[in-house]
Amino acid sequence: MTTEDPIVVIGNGMVGHRFVEEAVRHGLHESVGIVVLGEEQRAAYDRVHLSSLFDGQEASDLALADPGWYGAHGVELVLGDAAVDLDPDAHTVTTASGRRLSYDACVLATGSSPFVPPIPGVDAAGAFVYRTIDDLEAIRSWAQDCASGVVVGGGLLGLEAANALRLLGIDTTVVEFANRLMAVQLDAGGGAALRRHVEALGLRVLTGTAAAEVRTTPDGRVAGLGFADADQPGLDADLVVFAAGIRPRDELARRAGIAVGERGGVVVDDGCATSAAGVFAIGEVALHGGRVYGLVAPGQVMAEVVTDRLAGGTATFAGADLSTRLKLLGVEVASVGDPHAEGDEVVVSDPTSGTWKRVVLDSRGAVIGAALVGDAAAFGPLVSALRSGTAPTSVLELLAPAPAGGASGPAADAETVCTCHNVDAGAVRAAVVAGHEDVTQLKACTKAGTGCGSCVPVLKELIDEQRAAMGKVVSNNLCAHFGMARSELFDAVRATGIRTFAELIQRHGTGRGCEICKPAVASMFASLVSGYILDGEQASLQDTNDHFLANLQRDGTYSVVPRVPGGEITPEKLIVLGEVAQDFDLYTKITGGQRIDLLGARVDDLPAIWRRLVDAGFESGHAYGKAVRTVKSCVGSVWCRYGVQDAVQLAVDLELRYRGLRSPHKIKLAVSGCARECAEAQSKDVGIIATERGWNLYVGGNGGMRPAHAQLLAEDLDTSTLVRYIDRYLMWYVRTADRLERTATWQRKLAGGVDQVRRVVVEDALGVAADLEADMAIHVESYECEWTATLADPQRLERFTSLVNDPVGAPRPVRVEIRGQRVPA
Amino acid sequence: MTDAPPRTRWEAVCRAGRLTADRGVAAVVDGQQVALFLLADGALFAIDDRDPFSGAHVLSRGLVGDADGTPTVASPVYKQRFDLRTGQCLDDLAVRVHAWPVRMQDGWLEVGTP
Repeated sequence: MTTEDPIVVIGNGMVGHRFVEEAVRHGLHESVGIVVLGEEQRAAYDRVHLSSLFDGQEASDLALADPGWYGAHGVELVLGDAAVDLDPDAHTVTTASGRRLSYDACVLATGSSPFVPPIPGVDAAGAFVYRTIDDLEAIRSWAQDCASGVVVGGGLLGLEAANALRLLGIDTTVVEFANRLMAVQLDAGGGAALRRHVEALGLRVLTGTAAAEVRTTPDGRVAGLGFADADQPGLDADLVVFAAGIRPRDELARRAGIAVGERGGVVVDDGCATSAAGVFAIGEVALHGGRVYGLVAPGQVMAEVVTDRLAGGTATFAGADLSTRLKLLGVEVASVGDPHAEGDEVVVSDPTSGTWKRVVLDSRGAVIGAALVGDAAAFGPLVSALRSGTAPTSVLELLAPAPAGGASGPAADAETVCTCHNVDAGAVRAAVVAGHEDVTQLKACTKAGTGCGSCVPVLKELIDEQRAAMGKVVSNNLCAHFGMARSELFDAVRATGIRTFAELIQRHGTGRGCEICKPAVASMFASLVSGYILDGEQASLQDTNDHFLANLQRDGTYSVVPRVPGGEITPEKLIVLGEVAQDFDLYTKITGGQRIDLLGARVDDLPAIWRRLVDAGFESGHAYGKAVRTVKSCVGSVWCRYGVQDAVQLAVDLELRYRGLRSPHKIKLAVSGCARECAEAQSKDVGIIATERGWNLYVGGNGGMRPAHAQLLAEDLDTSTLVRYIDRYLMWYVRTADRLERTATWQRKLAGGVDQVRRVVVEDALGVAADLEADMAIHVESYECEWTATLADPQRLERFTSLVNDPVGAPRPVRVEIRGQRVPA
Repeated sequence: MTDAPPRTRWEAVCRAGRLTADRGVAAVVDGQQVALFLLADGALFAIDDRDPFSGAHVLSRGLVGDADGTPTVASPVYKQRFDLRTGQCLDDLAVRVHAWPVRMQDGWLEVGTP
């Protein structure tokens, strides 16, 4: 052995790849060669999300590194040439192609192979395992002629496989030997709750059933599955997938005489060293403390331990608890510590929402295990409690559906939803149960939503929740014309570069569109390219507010709201507003966003009104659009005895930065100059509160019908970091929220809530921050005042005519006087 | 739309170029406000401009679309949809507005009155 010999990594799965990443991070690649041997033809990919291949993802989307990454770091990656022999005495590895490599250190990261039960028929055509991209491609190609399928295994892997079959449109049954789904991670109640969710998706589940044979046709194709229990009639199926557990791939080590466990797995110590000098094992092939970890996270810790050791460190792997949180078939599932532990129990079971939460406490009240199904928001706090060994003050509070301070959760039955017609949530749910399953039917039967219409988004949520609780597939399709959610359509628009509605609906939708999809698509176009929104085809997409750049009132007149950044306005401008109101017979009122609303303008008068306003230095306030509205502020440190930062300056800067940004719903911001919070920033989508050291940033608040407190995202930020985070937050929301979904709801629905927002916005866990900032930069760059642009163009002005054949225009609506001003009769 | 009774009197209201595809305009005919629509496929429709739910003259400012193939306009006030061919409200079957005969003649849009 010489030190010129490389580190040889056997296996290029998720853990093997992590090892190389860590080695590069430690700089090992600069002093010693690294050779990676992979059995598959593909470089490392994300095995956890394999089923996404049937949900629109490409194999390349799952890749863990860019194709050139290994080469760029001087790492030799050998694919399609498995190691077949390991000689610990000679320090050599031999590959299938006959290549022989000397090593200084050898890292076994061979992972595991699917367990296929020893029953007749497993070799039939149409019988598959579920482990690699090749396995999935084989399943996809076979499945083209299949109507029904069976997955053997109701654990993590089995349910993933079942999801894959479901996405292929196959009628799928899951067969599990244990008496419940996910028997390792869940207790009986959790398993039952999960089963209800799974069955609601149209999958069948058989538990407590052992497969005895794969039935085959005379020509050797899968025909079905037979069971050990004579009373079970067996299942007809065109394909079978075995996903009933894994076995460590320890054969290399076994043949090399390295110590392995009785039931498989290469025995390692706390440094992940095997019984052979210079040979390490990590991931699913390693047996540590009598245990093989079938999860990615412990494997990655092992990878870090070995690289640290090779770099001269003394890191140890102390075992991992099996706490895990995941989303299976759209259902949140989590297991903490030992979910099967005996002890005092706290169980919260809510069949209406499909949630099951069970926490087991020891005699001191400390958490020793938990199972969560349907809502895993408590996962983080429970894991912290488990690891710290402290007793939570109130487990029930931990398990409460909405995080403290967050947006409100599902409405209680007695809660009034439609205040116009006094309809409560219970009545809406009852109507859905009775078969009125869309907003139109619900309006007809309960009258809810037919008054001011502000509760329609809530109705939509209640319908979805109730339908989900009834086991029906919930569609978040944009409307009847587009079979996808707003965020998916937004991705399609971004990815394809399509910028006309006609082409978009032709390629991704059906029919001619409607009052729902047209403005939604117009808003997407406007978010991506900030230019003038009313030219060409776009003119036909905007609803009347955007069409006339003003807000429609109940008598058919419009209101006009010029921008007053930060609520700061000169006396000269105030006088102009007063004069314009007098000259055009407008009613005036101060808005909640610190500006002035001029109401009662006729379509025909809008251009003349705006000519006066623009000449005086005003610009559009975008009160008519689903867009950034205002940045409210207090007077801040310039005047206030208590102010610690210049709140007005920041508010003006932010309002000018984000003005005109089109979004799924209106967006409001506020800046308070001290902790007294006079600007009510915590009730805004984005709220900023000054501190001695900078700014605290709050996100996801709103007033309105369902008030929500904003949640703290980051503290003591300098101004440029603050602006960067707001750029990212707003653009991420614009990209991914549903139509008419405010930030609070969007944030609540994200798995992980505000913690996830923090990961993405502050920590850039998705690697999208630069992209989001770039999109915002385009918006800032291309902003123009829509009213200034309209006034400059006679053709654009032509639309502001109430009657095409009468230049005088439609008659003025009837007015009456109250409190010194004129209002609709 | 063009199936008018024989004694229909036609009144020209505007040049064809004044219309935007998939968008409405309003005109006054016989003292009444009428909402006129040109669809992207060239079809023409005319219904009352008055929205019976709000009483405001605004149907010409609604968004046009289709509901299972039926051409519609949605009131910009409370969003009820109307069948452009018949004036029938799709969200409340008890409500219907008048549908007017309409045609394009020598580059002029004409509305028929009884």
